[in-house]
Amino acid sequence: MSSTTANSSIEAGPKRRSFLVDVGVRLIREKPLGTIGGVIVLILLITGIFADFLAPFGMNEIHSDAFLSAPTSKYLLGADNLGRDLLSRIIFGARISVIVGLCATTISVIVSTFIGIMTGYLGGKVDLVVQRMVDAWMCFPGLIIMMVLITILGPGMWQVIIVLGLQYGIAGSRVVRGAVIGIKENVYVDAARAIGCSTPRILWQHILPNILAPIIILFTTRMPAVILVEASLSFLGFGIPPPAPSWGGMLSGAGRSYMFMAPWIAIWPGVALSIVVYGINMFGDAIRDIVDPRLRGGVGRYGTAKSRAAAAEK
Amino acid sequence: MASNDHIIEVENLKMYFPVTAGVMQRRVADVKAVDGVSFYIKKGQTLGLVGESGCGKTTCGRAILQLYKPTSGNVQFEGRELTKLSNKELRNTRRNMQLIFQDPYASLDPRMTAGDIVGEPLIVHNMVKKGNEYKDQVNEVLRMVDLEPRMAERYPHEFSGGQRQRIGIARALAVRPSFIVCDEPVSALDVSIQTQVIMLLMRLRDELNLTYLFIAHDLSVVRYISDQVAVMYLGKIMEITSSDELYDHPLHPYTQALLSAVPIPDPVVDRQRKRILLSGDVPSPVNPPLGCNFNPRCQMAIDICREQEPELRDIGGEHFVSCHRI
Amino acid sequence: MAATTNNENVLEVKDLHTHFYVEDGEVRAVDGLTYSIRRGESLALVGESACGKSVSALSIMRLIPYPPGIIVSGEILFQGQDLLKVSESEMRHIRGNRIGMIFQEPMTSLNPVLTIERQLSESLELHRKLNKKDAKEESIKLLRLVGLPDAEKRVSDYPYQFSGGMQQRIMIAMALICNPDLLIADEPTTSVDVTVQAQLLELLDNLRSQFGTAILIITHNLGVVARYADRVNVMYAGRLVESAPTDVLYSKPQHPYTMGLLASVPRLDLPRNRKLSVIDGLPPNLARLPKGCNFCTRCTYSIDRCLEEKPPLEKVGEEHYSACFRSGELGK
Repeated sequence: MSSTTANSSIEAGPKRRSFLVDVGVRLIREKPLGTIGGVIVLILLITGIFADFLAPFGMNEIHSDAFLSAPTSKYLLGADNLGRDLLSRIIFGARISVIVGLCATTISVIVSTFIGIMTGYLGGKVDLVVQRMVDAWMCFPGLIIMMVLITILGPGMWQVIIVLGLQYGIAGSRVVRGAVIGIKENVYVDAARAIGCSTPRILWQHILPNILAPIIILFTTRMPAVILVEASLSFLGFGIPPPAPSWGGMLSGAGRSYMFMAPWIAIWPGVALSIVVYGINMFGDAIRDIVDPRLRGGVGRYGTAKSRAAAAEK
Repeated sequence: MASNDHIIEVENLKMYFPVTAGVMQRRVADVKAVDGVSFYIKKGQTLGLVGESGCGKTTCGRAILQLYKPTSGNVQFEGRELTKLSNKELRNTRRNMQLIFQDPYASLDPRMTAGDIVGEPLIVHNMVKKGNEYKDQVNEVLRMVDLEPRMAERYPHEFSGGQRQRIGIARALAVRPSFIVCDEPVSALDVSIQTQVIMLLMRLRDELNLTYLFIAHDLSVVRYISDQVAVMYLGKIMEITSSDELYDHPLHPYTQALLSAVPIPDPVVDRQRKRILLSGDVPSPVNPPLGCNFNPRCQMAIDICREQEPELRDIGGEHFVSCHRI
Repeated sequence: MAATTNNENVLEVKDLHTHFYVEDGEVRAVDGLTYSIRRGESLALVGESACGKSVSALSIMRLIPYPPGIIVSGEILFQGQDLLKVSESEMRHIRGNRIGMIFQEPMTSLNPVLTIERQLSESLELHRKLNKKDAKEESIKLLRLVGLPDAEKRVSDYPYQFSGGMQQRIMIAMALICNPDLLIADEPTTSVDVTVQAQLLELLDNLRSQFGTAILIITHNLGVVARYADRVNVMYAGRLVESAPTDVLYSKPQHPYTMGLLASVPRLDLPRNRKLSVIDGLPPNLARLPKGCNFCTRCTYSIDRCLEEKPPLEKVGEEHYSACFRSGELGK
């Protein structure tokens, strides 16, 4: 009799897609602005990766015919005070933004996850001590800490990446810690202990996959901030040293000096920066809406546009 | 009283949770969740642990499995003293003692498939490597709880409450334990599904010679599945005896009140029963009353009940009661 | 008062359909429900989770969240007045004033940052136009009525300072403020212990005989029904499957679902080794209901006809109705 009890009426649900594919499909279907942001991110990535093929000239190539040249058919976006093609420099600048953005954000997320999981899961004294240190770190204005650190470490792209990763990693550990504490309360973590799982296994197998959503959100929302702060640091002279074409650096050096004579030197890197930051923000917001479980119920609870229409008809 | 047929023996188990205050997290008081509990379970038998919410029955189950470190007391499991084991030894011992949870929704990791949830204990205890043998074993356990092996690929949210509880049971069974603590395994389920799960648990007990500690607040269910029943109130055991004896001849005033409060699903029978209405609320376990824990609500309380704590005494025929008036 | 169709009935629900529109499609939470409650009567609505019992209560109060839910059709006559036709402001007046409601979770229904006195007096001042001093006195009187010990002192406490059972008593006191004609109790004892449950049921029974309030009690607990209700409606998958006076339902159930339910619960008064009968399978998905009887997939007595059409609720005895083609032959 009971051999059929449990199975009789489970329906063949739709085949479950993998998590990332699911996010992608829902992004395109439900979030047009987010999709535009995604396209901008994609363009940025491609530009950064294939800069060597896309740029008409080298990034530091000096053209004697082009000092402060306005946009022409040869130099599409004009040239700067040393006769370097601005389009090429913007394209190579994208590569720097991509490298700094991706690497610094990755480092920051790893740092956040490590601190967050340790303090959130272990709790007690470790949590108390480490979180007070995080508090202390966050008492200082971020920009000043970073400028001091870079002064100590010396200038260079990797120094900037490490400093940015550390700064945002420590600040972001709060978010991860909160998520871990929420997950830890779930009975399935107790269940894992009860079947005899070791602590590392619980962290790796049960905690980490379940805080993936906040980690992804952290990643996508931190990336534009990181790119902007890199630009600010370069603008202030603490970033990537010239002649490397960082967008922030381009704004500050020649861009400022020749602002009235050759405004395009400052305008193009500014436009590039704005579009990229806007795009990543839109993309990040859309991703957050999709993966955040608190907002996720949206469709189920309030119905899709179609079902709402059907309800309104009645 | 260590005897070979006792699979588990609990002696004077206490589990206090500190109440802290201030910046320095100073300990100002204790929540006496479990306050000196002793019992044993014979191999192949089921001990029901009943009591109202907050009486410490769930904490007691967890403390026995060492999921909380008991404040004091001994727990002997298959002849080994659990409270003295190292973390590693304890993890290995978990193979033989498992836990089934109340909430079939929160107790399964939403990011794992049913098959992986059931198979995890096998991997953790190195009983089998991933591969065909692993799959076979997972399928076999799923079949034991009447789930079809093809469901192993699905995620918890695709199952109903009753089916999820079956997955939880399968997870506990996968490593073939000898002792299972069932913590309110059916109270979150619908009436018709409850019966399905109770019958399943009883069938598995008989087939696999399992021993259960069955924790629940529903007295009818506990009576149905248990050989022995212990009644808990405010961290202490008030009465332990065989299931039939407890329901036919309850001696402790609290047990009597508890039994009379359960409505019988038959209006004719229910009208004829004697009802004892308890007044007031359960006192706080931070500050239990002096003397017998039940005295403020007991109609039979006399002076001695307010001054001296009664001991759990054997009054013959393996019937233990903790009351001065018996 | 509007012309009353039947003086005896406080509430008549006629062919109520409440649907939810979600991703899965149309969920028929309540699918053609008809019943009535008499003055001073206690009627139980029993069923398992998601059978539509709570949705039907929320429909009476017009508290169905829209979207996704909507009352598609039907009539809800409260003292002769169709609640589905009155304006929202009239409805607000009826809620709390003439129909009271208590919920399963008292803690979530009480405002945690206001004292009990504030919450009670607020309604008293609003609905009964009492001044502050009288409102406080009346609050204390109400709390005493529902058996709250030390009412004078505890009236200025906050909700979290009370136990679950006491919170539920406070909820009952709030529901009684305007001496309603109908009290809807949605799983009022599910979150409390058996000893407290016994106290609360006793209290509700006393209040009913004292004030003549009709009570609609919604529960899944067959014991609570047996102890408390005059009449029982059994719901399954959005429909009524059986309706009868309590004694009749328990002694001569006619519908296979009711019979199965009664035979499947362990009982304290019967021998311990009594064999329980199990109702196999799961309730149907409300978005994909079968063409025939909703229970047919789990029913051991189903015949071909059960798969083809839905059985109507038919009279099988004095005040006894059952929705099964085979009621006559099965009920001995």
